[in-house]
Amino acid sequence: MASAPASRSKAVTALLVAPAGLFFFFLLVLPLVVVIIYSFGARADAGGYAPAFTLENYANLPARGQAFFNTLTLAPLGTLLTVLFAYPLAYFLAVKASPNSRTLLLVLVIVPFWTSQLLRYYAWIMILGSKGIPSWLAYLGIADLRIINTPWAVLIGAVYGFLPLMVLPIYVSLEKLDKRLLEASADLGADSWRTFRQVTLPLSLPGVATGSMLVFILLMGEYILPQLLGGGKVFFIGNALVDLFLQSRNWPFGAAVSTALVAIMFVTIVVYMRFVLSRGDVRRAALV
Amino acid sequence: MPLRLYAAFIYVFLYAPIALIVFFSFNAGRYAMDWQGFSLEWYGKAFTNPIIVKALVTSITIASCTSIIATTVGTLCALGLERMRGWLRQLFDALIYIAIMVPGVVIGISTLIAFVTVFDAVNPTLEAIGMVRLQMGLWTVIAAHVLFNLAVVVLIIRARLAGMDRSLVEASEDLYATPFATFRQVVLPALMPSILAGLLLSFTFSFEDFIIAFFVAGPNTTLPIYVFSSIRRGVTPEINAIGTAVLLTSLTLLMLAQFLLRARTRSR
Repeated sequence: MASAPASRSKAVTALLVAPAGLFFFFLLVLPLVVVIIYSFGARADAGGYAPAFTLENYANLPARGQAFFNTLTLAPLGTLLTVLFAYPLAYFLAVKASPNSRTLLLVLVIVPFWTSQLLRYYAWIMILGSKGIPSWLAYLGIADLRIINTPWAVLIGAVYGFLPLMVLPIYVSLEKLDKRLLEASADLGADSWRTFRQVTLPLSLPGVATGSMLVFILLMGEYILPQLLGGGKVFFIGNALVDLFLQSRNWPFGAAVSTALVAIMFVTIVVYMRFVLSRGDVRRAALV
Repeated sequence: MPLRLYAAFIYVFLYAPIALIVFFSFNAGRYAMDWQGFSLEWYGKAFTNPIIVKALVTSITIASCTSIIATTVGTLCALGLERMRGWLRQLFDALIYIAIMVPGVVIGISTLIAFVTVFDAVNPTLEAIGMVRLQMGLWTVIAAHVLFNLAVVVLIIRARLAGMDRSLVEASEDLYATPFATFRQVVLPALMPSILAGLLLSFTFSFEDFIIAFFVAGPNTTLPIYVFSSIRRGVTPEINAIGTAVLLTSLTLLMLAQFLLRARTRSR
């Protein structure tokens, strides 16, 4: 390759990336630019878009305030709960599980993540619905408990859906941890809780950071989860978008909502990289 | 010991819902959570329902085209990026991460708007010269799916390229192999496990996508769109049967992908 004339080599490189470049341009850059342009437009009388330049759509965002509120509270809360449930399992897999069964146990954590999201949440509709857990609780005397179509159902779904994605990075950072550090800590007289708090936990933070970021991003754009387990009562920005585009056909407003969603995600990621990962060691380890 | 119990609890939590779907797919009764005895009735009903069969064929067509195009374009792109430096490469890197980060619902909406805008602009001219009108169809879904999967394939292939032994390529060049011969006989075989894994992953992603297809499929119904609309109509036992069949198929494909990705570490 090195012996080929430089210009010919460049032409080959250009040919290799050109098809992907076309896809990125026509199906990512162009659509996103069109969305931004539409977000300053007006709604045509029959729905759709009419050319205009107005900030009205952005001023109108509070009309969908509930969707923003739900997303911006339940997505971080869901992420936090997923960390709390995933951490002990990752710790068990990395530190306590026998090396022989470890690989199998790890694969078993990942497998559900690769099965259809629709079907997994559909199963939870059965479990949390009136014939599921609430009817068993009724035997115990706890009557009329509603779980489905409440924020609780959405949170359960979030933990269920994204646990595998959280366990993996935490497991990876715990597995890299030098076991001699734990022994050193014990030799210096620390009890196991103190060792965990002062040695294990800080060293596993990069994994927690990576996992949280992944789960948070996915939860922010979620549509199926709030639709199926929130039943239209607990809705996210994603649900508001589907409604705006396919029901009320207010495209410019929908475009403004999408722009706001992507902007919020982008800002969150930048702020997160800046502050949460401002410790250099955490940043280096978290993003590999 | 409490940790072991906790782990057991999590595994039950992860698998109970899946087991429930499989279990009730063999239920003779109509209602969820109400066991009426063993039956294969719903499998028969699901696979003789023409709407379901058509949705299945549509989904398989879309996923096959998507995975082949995304894997080809993605592999070429990864090979090209390997030879690139400077701002253009950084631009591609940024686009790849944006394609993965932007939520499916926004990809669906933005491609829908872009398609409609382009169609409205182009169709009058096309009609005037007597050509077919452009409209939403399988190809719009395939195009939107390729975008997302392409980015994933580039990441997978790149990881493999980064771990590749460069001395093999140099040895091949020293032995006067043409660049193409080096590619075909050294690089391509080394990349094969990752290419196959990318193919299987993008097939699965495309096959299971609901939200993007929901926006750009036009009048077509894919299997996830069918499943979603029947869930909204209420719980129907056919879904359990379809679900179990799909579950089995996608698990087989993903195990295969996993196996291929692992094969690469062993071969090194």
